[in-house]
Amino acid sequence: MHTDTELARKSLLYRREILRVIRRAGAGHTGGDLSCIDILNVLYNRVLRVAPADFSDPDRDRYVQSKGHSVEALYVVLADRGFFPAAALDTLSHYRSHFAGHPTRDVPGIEQNTGALGHGLPIATGMAIAGKLDSAAWRVFTLLGDGELAEGSNWEAAMAAAHYKLDNLTAIVDCNTLQITGRTRDVMGNEPLDAKWAAFGWAVRRVPGHDLGALTAALSSPPEPGRPRVFVADTRKGSGISFMEDAARWHHGVPTDDEYKRALAELDARLAQLEGAAA
Amino acid sequence: MSAPASPMHSPEAARVAARLGLRPGRANIDVFAGTLLALARADRNILAVTSDSRGSGKLVPFGDALPAQLIEVGIAEQNLVGIAAGLASCGKKPFAVSPACFLTARALEQVKNDAAYSDNPVVLVGISAGVSYGALGTTHHSLHDFAALRAINNLTIMAPADNFETCGAVRHAASAAHPVYLRFGKAPLCDISNPAEPFVAGKARVLCDGADAALIATGETVIHARLAAAYLRETAGIACRVLSVPAIKPLDAPAILDAARECRALVTVEEHMVSGGLGEACAALVAQSPHHPRMRLLGIPDERTVTGSQAEIFRHYGLTMEGVAAAVHSLLF
Repeated sequence: MHTDTELARKSLLYRREILRVIRRAGAGHTGGDLSCIDILNVLYNRVLRVAPADFSDPDRDRYVQSKGHSVEALYVVLADRGFFPAAALDTLSHYRSHFAGHPTRDVPGIEQNTGALGHGLPIATGMAIAGKLDSAAWRVFTLLGDGELAEGSNWEAAMAAAHYKLDNLTAIVDCNTLQITGRTRDVMGNEPLDAKWAAFGWAVRRVPGHDLGALTAALSSPPEPGRPRVFVADTRKGSGISFMEDAARWHHGVPTDDEYKRALAELDARLAQLEGAAA
Repeated sequence: MSAPASPMHSPEAARVAARLGLRPGRANIDVFAGTLLALARADRNILAVTSDSRGSGKLVPFGDALPAQLIEVGIAEQNLVGIAAGLASCGKKPFAVSPACFLTARALEQVKNDAAYSDNPVVLVGISAGVSYGALGTTHHSLHDFAALRAINNLTIMAPADNFETCGAVRHAASAAHPVYLRFGKAPLCDISNPAEPFVAGKARVLCDGADAALIATGETVIHARLAAAYLRETAGIACRVLSVPAIKPLDAPAILDAARECRALVTVEEHMVSGGLGEACAALVAQSPHHPRMRLLGIPDERTVTGSQAEIFRHYGLTMEGVAAAVHSLLF
């Protein structure tokens, strides 16, 4: 198990790597990657029972990333976990690369091909039903965007997951309150989100989405028997880079040379701070 | 709703069928449900997944016999296919059963991404397909499904012609490693297959042979092509090859190209818009081959489809023994 400091360091290094691969590819969903990276850090380093050596193990936990566009964050974490060499990310979005701009099963560690929104929760629900049929101990996790919740298929699945009492299913909403056009509340309001999920029969908790300790506690906690659960994670798009934070233009913005330098300088300063505190 | 159509759409067709010794059989959907139940009794990983469709899917006995193997998702076709994909990814063999009109239109993105692209070996079962729900109007017709699904990579498309082909297709789908779409109507059908010839997935079946014209048909129209062949031989001495094509994709290209080489005319017949269906698939093959017999593509034209029973709609568009025979005459003379 990583220490809290090690985990905090990873969150900064992951951000560095996300920006590097997006710069290199000339494309990527920077804002959403940065809003979900702390959630993925905690999932892959503290919660999910998955490993590169036995990814085909039928008893592994399943993770389905419904907000497929934040794929760079997922790739970076999978590389760190040893699913493939980090150098493979140099081919992101290149001609014939397996590392496309949305997750595909051609990449080791990816469960399902996603990218069209509103697909992850129904698939995860099917997985969780399969687990229940087999009385299995493995669990299913899925990450949704808050803008994505305008897709009706999510609510079809929400209804089914409660109907089938899928307490082996955890959804996490990366609630950064922004989507490509602007504020989610202006594009298509979805609050009160907690009440919506609760009305569908889910156990709901809000969790600060960049607090590694709070995320660890929440995602490691036991489920409420007989109910699927959702964590509405309050996040900031572009989190960790001052000038990218909470700005819709960074939905798929690629940093310029100057922006890249400034972003790295911010991250390096925090890394130095972290290492100074740890020393 | 209109009564289920008889396979024989005219007294003359009934006479030809009697002469051939064809006897009315069961609806393919009944054979599907019975075959699935038998398979599921032997394998607890085989599941029926329904969207409030167990009645029309004839799966009430399945649900009674194996309640733990029937997953109901309610009236939610997108979720039906998404859940089925998730089940399949975890080692289950789900048969997602829903009226073809909804399954292949409302849930098309789930079919494309969650079944085909993610390569989850779901069996998609489109019931009451074509104009089986003819009187209910265009909302309930599925005359687009071949076209929509043919353009999706990694999906087998099958439309069995009779009870024998249905049994073979369901058994094939149950053991398929990749996603499959099965299309069934609800009319009682005559068995026209030679049961001595085993069902081979992806192979067209020659029901009778001749070199004047080839009649290439699929699903519930094959019976009419078979009757037309007998009628043409009897009334005009015209010898037709009838090819039953249970697999629209992958298409049995060698069988189609043999027919193009060996027969003077080709007529395709399907319960589908001519756009993007079996006929156009055959035409594309033939156009790129060295042999160019005259062709006629029978199906539903690009217009607002009439309503009525399946038999009435077939008669309206000439998807009958007489209609197919007239098409052959028009090509040969």
